[in-house]
Amino acid sequence: MKIVAVCGMGIGTSVLLKMNAEKALRAMGVDADVEAADIGTARGAARTADVVLTSDELAPEIGEVPAKVIVIKNFTDVNEITEALQSSIA
Amino acid sequence: MSLADQLPEGTIATKAVAKDWREAIRLAGDGLVAGGVATEQYTTEMIEAVEKHGPYIVVAPGFALAHSRPSPAVLGTGISWVGLAEPVAFGSAANDPVTLVVGLAAQDHDSHLAVMSSLAGVLADENVLRELIAAETPEQVRARLAELETE
Repeated sequence: MKIVAVCGMGIGTSVLLKMNAEKALRAMGVDADVEAADIGTARGAARTADVVLTSDELAPEIGEVPAKVIVIKNFTDVNEITEALQSSIA
Repeated sequence: MSLADQLPEGTIATKAVAKDWREAIRLAGDGLVAGGVATEQYTTEMIEAVEKHGPYIVVAPGFALAHSRPSPAVLGTGISWVGLAEPVAFGSAANDPVTLVVGLAAQDHDSHLAVMSSLAGVLADENVLRELIAAETPEQVRARLAELETE
């Protein structure tokens, strides 16, 4: 499974999201690659991904992609990320 | 890596006063300049990032991670810390208002990963975060962060 964490610049918030998504996936026992991407490269990355994690503000900029786009409100809340991933990949 | 070590003299502001989100980001930018990791131009770039993409940098309740991308305005990799006396609105539907702004400058996509990992650890604990935001002085912030590393 491939997951892309998207933010505007690809170095800050998406990295935070990637780290916490990896924590969530480890706890769930799911084997997945999580990649951080900026909004400019996200559309390309999302084409080969299964899941895209991003914020409410950026979700519309990603547009139509085959991947499932999940909006995360609190990037530091591993529980929220776990629940969001569980409902989408189960 | 200790987050306290990443916040040298001049990079922490406590009980800071900002009238809006631009001022709050500017204070975070001042901290990055004081830490020698960015020029004032980077502060402008951080503000432009929000103007362009919206307040997505407000990634947790009350917390904004101010940053832009690697650019000539970035001199090194580092962070700054701004605890606000009064929260300010960034326009984030999910996480307004903001009381803590951490500024981030990174020269590339990898050099800041250790510091981001430490930061994620601190942000995960709401009680710790509340204590850190309530700190009266930079020394208190640094001392609490140093304590966390040894816990």
